[in-house]
Order: sequence, then C-alpha cells, then structure tokens
Amino acid sequence: MSVENNVQNTAPRGVTALLGLVSRKAWIWAWLAAGATFIAAMMAGSGGGAEAGSLLYAAFTFAAFTVIVGIGQMFVVTLGPGNVDLSIPATMTLAGTVALKFMASDGSLVVPGLLIAIGVGLGCGLFNFGLILLMRIPPIIATLASSFLFQSVAIWSNRGLRIKPPEGLADFATGGTLGIPNVALVALGVSVLAWVVLERAIMGRWILASGQNKRAARLGGVPVTAVHFGVYVGCAVLAGFTGFLLASFSGGANLNMGTEYMLMSIAVVVIGGSSIAGGNSNVPGIWAAALFMFLLVSMLNSYGLGAGVRLILTGLIIVSVVVLASKKGGRV
Amino acid sequence: MNRDHLRILLPVLSLGLLLAAVFYLQPRAMSYFGLNLLFNLAVPVALATIAQMMILMVNDIDLSIGTFVSFCACVTATFVQSDPVTGYAMLLGAIAVYAAMGAIIHARGLPAIVVTLGMSFFWSGMAILILPSPGGSAPAWLNAMMKAKPPLVPVAIIAPIVIGLIMHYFIKRSSLGVLLRGVGGNSQAIDRAGWSVLGLKATAYGIAGLFGVLSGMALVGLTTSADANIALRYTLLSIAGVILGGGEFTGGRVSPIGAVIGAMTLTLAASFLSFLHLSSDWQIGAQGAILILVLAVRLVFTRREALA
Repeated sequence: MSVENNVQNTAPRGVTALLGLVSRKAWIWAWLAAGATFIAAMMAGSGGGAEAGSLLYAAFTFAAFTVIVGIGQMFVVTLGPGNVDLSIPATMTLAGTVALKFMASDGSLVVPGLLIAIGVGLGCGLFNFGLILLMRIPPIIATLASSFLFQSVAIWSNRGLRIKPPEGLADFATGGTLGIPNVALVALGVSVLAWVVLERAIMGRWILASGQNKRAARLGGVPVTAVHFGVYVGCAVLAGFTGFLLASFSGGANLNMGTEYMLMSIAVVVIGGSSIAGGNSNVPGIWAAALFMFLLVSMLNSYGLGAGVRLILTGLIIVSVVVLASKKGGRV
Repeated sequence: MNRDHLRILLPVLSLGLLLAAVFYLQPRAMSYFGLNLLFNLAVPVALATIAQMMILMVNDIDLSIGTFVSFCACVTATFVQSDPVTGYAMLLGAIAVYAAMGAIIHARGLPAIVVTLGMSFFWSGMAILILPSPGGSAPAWLNAMMKAKPPLVPVAIIAPIVIGLIMHYFIKRSSLGVLLRGVGGNSQAIDRAGWSVLGLKATAYGIAGLFGVLSGMALVGLTTSADANIALRYTLLSIAGVILGGGEFTGGRVSPIGAVIGAMTLTLAASFLSFLHLSSDWQIGAQGAILILVLAVRLVFTRREALA
C-alpha cells in the first residue's frame, strides 16, 4: 500500500491510475503478453486485415474450450495449496463419449445429451469429492486415481467408435454469430457467471476465505466443507460440459481429446495471474492466458519452426512469463 | 515400534500382498527369472520416484520428470552411445538446469507446479530435436549392467534395495539430508539458523536431476532404444509412488525406502492385472482402484497414529 501512496504523490494522475491498475490487476500482464504475441504472429504472416481477422476468430474459438475448463480449475486452485483437479481430461472424455453415444447423431436428443454430459460431470465431481473428504486422500492423488477410473469407463463405453454429433449441434459448435464464434459466446456466458460468483456473491467470498486460511474461515462461520463440495463438483460439471462442446465441435469424441487440457487448465490459471497458493483469483486473466497460449503456438507455427523448437520456445516463454509476472510481491 | 516404522509397514504389506497374489496366480513367477521379469521395469520407475521425492521433500512438485527422463533416455541412446564426451556433458548440463530451476523457483517465489509444467514443454522439445523418430541404441556397458545375472538374486531386486538404502542413509542420517527435510518442514527456521535455503533448494533439485538422468539411463539399458515419449507416464507414476510409500505433499515427510517400494508396487500392479486376464479396457482403471484402496487402508493407519 505504501508504495502506491508514494506514487500517488509524485506522478501525474493518469500515470498513477495506470500504475495502480497494473499493480492491483495481475491479469494486465497476461493481456499484454497476448497482445504482443498477436502482433508477433501477424508480423510473421503476409499481413492484411483478413488474416488478422481469421487468426483472432480461430484464437477465440480454441480459447473458449480452455477458458471453460480453466475457470473450473481456477476455483479449485483458489481453495489453497495442494488443491488441483487432475481428472479434468478424463471427465471431458467420459462426458463427451457418453453424451455422443446417447445422442447417436439424432438431432432431437441434443438437450437430453447435454443433460447427460452435465450429469456425467456431476457424477465425476461427486466421486472426486467423496475420495477427498471421506477418505482424506490428497486432492492431487485422489483426482489422479479417479481419472484412471474415468478413463477406463470411457474406453469401455466407447470401444473405439466415432459417432458424429447431430448435424444441428455440430453446426452450432463450429459456427458463429455476428462474427463471433458461438463457443466463445458460450464461454463468455460461463465467464460472466463465474465472475459474478467470485466477485459479487457470498459463495465467492467463502471460496476466497477458505483458500486464504481454512481454519480462520471455518472459525469465522464459513461452511468450508460445503464450499469444497461446490467447487470440486462445479469444476467437474464444467469439464463435462466442455467435453460435450469439444466433441460436437471436432465431429465426434475420441479417447485422447482431453489430454492437452490437463496442462492447459493449470497453465491458464497461473499465467492469468491467479495465485497458485490460493485465495486470490480473477476471471479476465483466464481469457488472456487462453488467448496467449493459442496465439503463442500459432505464432511459432507461422514462423515455420519444427515441432521440437516450437515446444522448447513454448516452454521457455511460459517460464519467462511466470518469472516476469512474479516481479511484484511474489513472496508473501 | 516408532512412527517411522509404522509408516513403512503399510507399503511393505501392500507390496507383499500383491506379490503373494501374483505368485498365487502364476506360480512360475516364483523364480530367479520370473522375479527379474516382474521387477525389471521397476528400476527406472524407482529412480524417477526418488527424483520426485527430492522435490516433494522441499514442498514443491515436479510435473516435468516424465519428459525429463524421456529426454535423458534420448541423450543416452544417441550421444552417450556415439560420442560419450558430448553426451555426458549434456547430461551434466541437464542436472545444472534442474539445480538452476530450483534456485529460480525459490529466489522469485514461483509456483513450482507451473515452472515445471513449462519445463516439461522444454524437455520434450529437446527430446524431439535429439531423436525425431524412435531409435538409437544403448551403450554396451549399460546394457550389460542392466541385463547382468548375478548369482542368487536378480539385478531387478538388488538395484531397488541399493537405491533405497543409499537414499535412506542420505536423507535420514546425513546432516545434509536433515537440512533438506528441514527446508520442507520449516524453511524459515533453517534460514534463521544461518543456512542458505536457496542453496539447499538448488541442491535438492540438482539431486532430483541426477536421479532423473539415472532413470533415463537405466530405462535405455533395459529397452536398448529410446523415443521422445518413452517415459511420459513417469510423472504421475512417480508422484503416486512417493505417496504410496508413505510420503506426504508437505512438511518434508518422505521415506526413500517407502518410495522405492511404492514404485515396485505400481510396477507389480500392472503385471498383476495382466495375470488376472483383465480386459485391457479396465487396466488403467484397476491401477487407479489399487491406488485408492491402498490410500484407504492408510487412513486407518494414520488414525491409529493420531491416537498413539
């Protein structure tokens, strides 16, 4: 606080406001990084407004899936050290396969199919929470072990079949409205809801309080167990929903469709400026980080680099962003 | 019987039980050759688990160990075999990168989970650069060492025992080991007592890097070739192995012998499931179920420990 006060006394008003915003809002860094990557990607291509438009369109489409699972993971991470959900990919795969199998490409079953995907997510979340609460298994191991189980059920129920999503649903998932991808609109809706829950609802205060100090929160009358229940189940439901969307988008569910989202969901939470130690989270950063991750890969692609160099640069850039973003008050 | 003994009892019992079940299903496994076959692949897993244990001991977690072991395996199967000087220099460099990673994580207060996540991209990129398609070959001495047939007890049993004992004496008995566990238990106290937590964290990461390198080499010695994705499963296996062996995520409470036994249990679980003629659909799921089962039993143990 004292640093900000000093700045206020010496710098002009506009600069003060900007500095204040940067120091308070960790997600600014993620947006700056995403913007810089976008410009770098544009410089590699031949340029032109159309290309910029199509890159942005693709970025928002693919970021949408990352954003929805990232928000679920963010709530879990907010609960404090050791809380992370590693079963997101398996939950996505299971929900996607079961829902598509049920719909069997029949357009009239879309709504029940969606409900089934959400129901699968709900079941997975309840199972995770049961392991964590009743058997007191550390969340990392509990969600890891349950992800093995979910994966097996998905393999068993799917049997290598690739069932196409109903045509209307596929059109919706791959289409856009007013130049914005439909999936991005869905993700935006989820984000607004998550923002309201986190910033404007009592539930959000409870989640943050539990993450900052579980004991203090419990003594202060926060129903900590209920909060954990809601967060883990909510995260799994979002993962199930994303699995449904992703399967509809990519023309069918397959068994490794969720794989990349394990690393991705954790990475966007942290690059977005949420504290991995819990108790401090934000929604805008998730969007910035998801866009950044997609743009980073497409930038490296457009420079025509091989897979090896691309991976090396991706790793180095992620680490650098984390190091840079930690500049202010990393150690508390 | 003190707490440490109680803590190691469960991993030993679960390994014994699983081994008995395997022998019951397949009595021919009860031989020199059978044991070697059952535990062969446990050696690299055990080394990777020790690496993970070093990181968990200082309250961090390493999500890059699987890709790191793959990278080391690729270097071993190519450079170490054809151009030993460059090969060993690369492996030493990789250990230095690990130590530097530990130092940066501490100095900047970074979340280890994210830094190692980022590094996992780095290592898998390096592995692909070195070995774009599966191949390479093991150095002759390494192959000979892993396939050696000492009298009475197979290598697959001797190696984990040696690894476990060496690390037990290092972690539990040496002064450096006590300090490293202290960093996990209360790093402020270690700092105030005048030790450099930065140096200790770098040491812990460096040792983890060393064991990652050894794991990659042992793996190539067994499989005689490598590919860039050879050890991706090790990240999750190593975490599960440490926890199965009685280790905890925080507080520097780890057990090297337990970790090695945990790694052997996980390897054996895979063989057990194939002896059961379980449909391959359920193989992964059954491994998850075994993990949950052991941890459920541990709950009973820790309750008793709390009462005692």
